[in-house]
Amino acid sequence: MMGILRKTVSVAAAACLLLASSAWAETIKVGAVLAVTGPASFLGGPEANTLEMLVEEVNAKGGINGRKVELFLKDTAGSPEKAISMAKQLLEEQQVVAVLGPSTSGETMSLKKIFEDAKTPLISCAAAEAIVDPVASYVFKTPQNDSYAARKIFMEMNKLGISKIAVLVDNSGFGKAGREQILKIAPEYKIEVVEAEVYDAKATDLSAAVAKIKANPAIQGVINWSVVPAQSIVVKNIRQAGWKVPIFQSHGFGNIKYVDAAGAAAEGVIFPAGRLLMADQLPDGHPQKALLVKYVKDYESKYKETASTFGGHGYDAFMIFEKAVTVAGPDKDKVRAAIEGLKNLPGTGGVYNFSATDHNGLTLDAFEMMTVKDGKFVPYIGR
Amino acid sequence: MKWSNLALLPLFAVIGLVQVVCSATDSLFYLTQLTMSAYYSLLIIGLCVLMGYAGQISMGHAGFFAIGGYLAAALTTRSLVAFQDTLLVRLLDAAGCLIAGQDIYGEAQLVVTPWAACAIAVLTAAAVAFLLGIPVLKLKGHYLAMATLGFGIIIYRIVLASSYFGEADGISGVPGFTLLPGLSVSGEFSSRVENYYIAWGVLLLGMLLLRNLIDSRAGRALRAIHGSIEAADAVGVDTARFKLYTFVLSAVFAALAGVLLTHYNGGIGPSEAGIMKSVRYVAIVAVGGMANIWGAMIMGVVLNFLSLRGLFGSYDDAVFGLILILIMLFAPGGILNLRLGALWNRVGSKAKGRKEGAS
Amino acid sequence: MTVELFIQYLVAGITYGSIYAIVAIGFNIIYNTTGIINFAQGEFVMLGGMLAITFLHFLPLPLAIAVAVLCTMAIGAAIEILFIRWLHNPGVLRLVIITVGISILIREAALHIWGDNVHSLPYFVGNEVSTIAVLGARVSPQVLWVIGACGLMVLFLNVFFQMTSVGREMRACAANRTAAVLCGIDTRNMVTLSFVLSAGIGAVAGAVMSPITYTQYDIGTGLAIKGFTVAILGGLGNSLGAVAAGLLLGVIEAFSVSVVPLAFQDAISIALLLVILFVRPHGLFGSSAAGLKEF
Repeated sequence: MMGILRKTVSVAAAACLLLASSAWAETIKVGAVLAVTGPASFLGGPEANTLEMLVEEVNAKGGINGRKVELFLKDTAGSPEKAISMAKQLLEEQQVVAVLGPSTSGETMSLKKIFEDAKTPLISCAAAEAIVDPVASYVFKTPQNDSYAARKIFMEMNKLGISKIAVLVDNSGFGKAGREQILKIAPEYKIEVVEAEVYDAKATDLSAAVAKIKANPAIQGVINWSVVPAQSIVVKNIRQAGWKVPIFQSHGFGNIKYVDAAGAAAEGVIFPAGRLLMADQLPDGHPQKALLVKYVKDYESKYKETASTFGGHGYDAFMIFEKAVTVAGPDKDKVRAAIEGLKNLPGTGGVYNFSATDHNGLTLDAFEMMTVKDGKFVPYIGR
Repeated sequence: MKWSNLALLPLFAVIGLVQVVCSATDSLFYLTQLTMSAYYSLLIIGLCVLMGYAGQISMGHAGFFAIGGYLAAALTTRSLVAFQDTLLVRLLDAAGCLIAGQDIYGEAQLVVTPWAACAIAVLTAAAVAFLLGIPVLKLKGHYLAMATLGFGIIIYRIVLASSYFGEADGISGVPGFTLLPGLSVSGEFSSRVENYYIAWGVLLLGMLLLRNLIDSRAGRALRAIHGSIEAADAVGVDTARFKLYTFVLSAVFAALAGVLLTHYNGGIGPSEAGIMKSVRYVAIVAVGGMANIWGAMIMGVVLNFLSLRGLFGSYDDAVFGLILILIMLFAPGGILNLRLGALWNRVGSKAKGRKEGAS
Repeated sequence: MTVELFIQYLVAGITYGSIYAIVAIGFNIIYNTTGIINFAQGEFVMLGGMLAITFLHFLPLPLAIAVAVLCTMAIGAAIEILFIRWLHNPGVLRLVIITVGISILIREAALHIWGDNVHSLPYFVGNEVSTIAVLGARVSPQVLWVIGACGLMVLFLNVFFQMTSVGREMRACAANRTAAVLCGIDTRNMVTLSFVLSAGIGAVAGAVMSPITYTQYDIGTGLAIKGFTVAILGGLGNSLGAVAAGLLLGVIEAFSVSVVPLAFQDAISIALLLVILFVRPHGLFGSSAAGLKEF
């Protein structure tokens, strides 16, 4: 019986909470479900920081069309079940105009149907192509397509005369999507994937896996596709094995911390990336230049850490939301339609051109090939 | 029907009251997390009987949850069109276990019906638990913990590495589970109230079953096992068999919870199979008071409810860790044994520690 | 398989294996005096690395590591004194759950102090690309540091437990606690000491492995699971068993790469361990007579 009493008390407490739920008037409510902690925190962390910074900035300027923006940020820890619970909460309880995030593709896929049913725009910060292909009317994404990154890498390989490669990917959603695209597109560029391995995202040493692929003398190049610290470990292990093979990384390498972590081993790694990493080296007239320089400066001075392309995905999500609301007002359906109408909109990931059939809005051009020289990112200019 | 089962009546009343209050105050959204918490609690009360009454720890229960959830998800979403002519698919078809349809992209699809998928998933979990239980339950203490933990890791690795189970992305787009015409387990906003009652109804049935099990002859044997295996053996109780049956039963509870929550959420991801989930379940049973299914159920509902609502934001895990430490330090008999007066007396008192020393 | 590849796998396996063994020995030391599995053991390894990296801003490398190890030992002692020492006759499961809670708290604290980025100490000798040849295979010199440090620690612990009077008292405490009390040994201090020792060896391992594996706030959980596996496989409480089991697990993992997809590596190695456990329910080197502490 004790138990029942306690239960009653806790339920009564819940009921009190519910009565106290506050009613905000006149603000534009936007939700965010990001993996601020947990295994994908390297994505969600910078994204959450960026969103908080941008909302502050917009509100300091008087909000959107004179109305303040209120951000409801939820930490999903990268798990779909929490993302589902929290997204439903944002949709019904806070009745947000749109939701930004989630950070990972698995979470986004599990939310797709919920947002279609709720007729609310979801602007995902996850990269997988499956999010927008096939198109769901209310689901958008900001990161560049993985296939563009793969194509960029293959084009470079063709120039270098590399035709037999090994592919290493991590077992996160990013690695999974990357492997699918690589295996699908490689034949178009006459490239043969000789060895492919999937390693654990938490792997701390990959020398055994490297030894295995190194033992295959046919391999002329290695692609590593991951977003985790293991991508620094892979390059180190390859170089420590005394292997001089050209190493290509995915756009997940776009955080200088991974270069620092890999130290001398990162020299010469070639990878595609958004222009955020070369903001100050862009020509003055470039449409993305002003915005990139400002974002990097603001972010770094506020959070005392280097800006990464991951935070940029959050930036783009908020910017798209802001632009659409400015045009259409805080109405879910109008916002959705307004996003599809956004053209020539520069963001950190590239210049966005949305349409009813393209809910990513970026092209191959969003990527530049980059390399590492003396511990810094520089544009790759071929050999 | 025993009179003691009437103890569940107030719970029944509370369930109804919560729904009425939520409806009246236009805050039905609380039911979403209450529904999800009820499914997790179903697993937790099953684990509670295994740990508290049969005295066997399992650090791999998220694995059984995942077997249930993943099989239900995969069978009801992965099309069998390519295997149409194989014997197994034909048999399933003949038994009326398949439905043809179209997926959201308009492709022809042939999938297993949710009822059949549910049966397959739960039976698989039961079979795995049975086969695993025979060697594993011979182990004791930390060795048993390790073996069950190892089982959990294997399941986690399998779902994370198989493309059939969607690797890191898990499986999404799982259809609703129509229990009766007009009554289905699904996450649609319109069917929230009925889903709340389905979840709590299942939990209530689970409680009823376990309470009667505890009070039965078998239950008394279980408690004897926890007290002393040697003593139970000496009075002629087949301890090995009871341990095994309880293990299988708790696995069935976990798998059923997995099946239903997956249909409710419309998907499942590898995080549901993670080791930390299993550890979390064990910890919730411990803070609920080990041999106390009321405590386990309440802690299961409260902690999951708060966590799913993201009340503590990025401090969710930290708060959970703190709750574990505080309850284990000051109320080792579980949350329901926490008496503030006794807490005060505990500083320097030894009585309580001795009482709980055996658990 | 060529000889070169064989050596490469072997060295990789021994490297992981010696790290697992050290974590497992940390489990064993505490298990022997208390009967519990300290789930925060992996966090000691993380703290050793993180603190050394932090102190490196002010101190030269050897000193930074030394101070980090001392700090971790102090944290180990503090955990025992704050959360364990004053409990009267606590059940094993209760203590285990407390250590689970402590491990979560330390991890979350580390997340908020050091952030979620990877950090690492510099290579003790050379840098990220330096290699040395070992029988035709090429490995980083840091690998030798890891293997060497782990080997030395095992040696040190053996000497400590066999030769010194404190070590002998700890062993007495492990063998029979009541008898130890009757002999005038303060078993409570022995428990504190066991936490200090485990924290210390964990921290040393955390510092020497940091250049290779990096240090991140959440590396503790994975290490704890591997270390626990190894401790069980070797027979709880048996440190030499832990070394053998650790090396065995490391080598199995390294060689499994050549036959199964890397993604299934853990599933295969754990499955193998389960089979061993079913055949030998007290671990490879444990004996049923060792007086297993029950829940």
